[in-house]
Amino acid sequence: MRNGKLTFGVVVFPGSNCDHDAYYVCKKILHQDAEFLWHKEADLKNADVVILPGGFSYGDYLRCGAIARFSPVMREVVRFAHNGGTVIGICNGFQILLEAGLLPGVLLRNRSLRFVCKYVRLRVENAGTRFTAQCREGEVLSIPIAHGDGNYFTDDDTLQRLEDNNQIVFRYCDATAEVTEDANPNGSLCNIAGVINEQGNVMGMMPHPERASDPILGHTDGQKIFQSLIECIIRGEHSLISAESGRR
Amino acid sequence: MAYLSKIRVTLRPSILDPQGKAVEHAIATLGVASIRDVRMGKYIELKVEGDSEAEARQKTEEVCKKLLANPIMEDYAFELLKI
Repeated sequence: MRNGKLTFGVVVFPGSNCDHDAYYVCKKILHQDAEFLWHKEADLKNADVVILPGGFSYGDYLRCGAIARFSPVMREVVRFAHNGGTVIGICNGFQILLEAGLLPGVLLRNRSLRFVCKYVRLRVENAGTRFTAQCREGEVLSIPIAHGDGNYFTDDDTLQRLEDNNQIVFRYCDATAEVTEDANPNGSLCNIAGVINEQGNVMGMMPHPERASDPILGHTDGQKIFQSLIECIIRGEHSLISAESGRR
Repeated sequence: MAYLSKIRVTLRPSILDPQGKAVEHAIATLGVASIRDVRMGKYIELKVEGDSEAEARQKTEEVCKKLLANPIMEDYAFELLKI
């Protein structure tokens, strides 16, 4: 934190393509500090929040996120996360967090086999996290997705644990906040669009909040995610807010 | 000694395979009858140096477990050939 501003560290892998969007939103829309973190450098530049952005790191070779996980910067990101640091993975960044074992589950090919790029609605399932503190529980956010592999899957035991610990942060829903099969764009298990770790400091989501933050683009719901982080961390509330405290 | 590892990575039986399904439908359209349960997977070859087959096997296992397959959704199998 410098002069009351957060420093967002945006990791740049070869093939990241939402890194500049995330940087732009943090710096120009939310007026915070932002730094690019090159994947080969094991230095997080004192970031308060690490963003793993969307894109196609390493050309999605082998499996989405599988190779990025072995980048030098990821060793630092894992250490940062284990020490309680705030990490958000968006789209490909979510895939990388799963491959790195920082979040449970896996993202399979979309059920339709198609790349889906459109606005979707998300129901906020847990507003007690540092990523969603500016939202109301049950609130519907309009945020776009753009992915071919966003079909969340995990085994029954893990799903039960996610439910019990209130670790499912967002589900795809319709305009009336109903979680329906029709509102599921990719076949995700139980319409899961975003999950958080048990400690509450690492979250991954398929939708792109950075694409719905600049008012000129028509939607600003994505700002709530970044604003939540800014509020929580600057006020030092993040030590109090975790998935734990958000339990129903 | 060097060995050639021939590795197959396949989706676990519990995982739906929409790609396999699409290929299955294409086969039906092609007109070849009585073909079902198409499952897509990956085939990987690599050469591994080691003092013994056991060592080569153990190294291949490690690479499969940590990188080539994601145990949540995939199984792997391999054979080693002395080269």
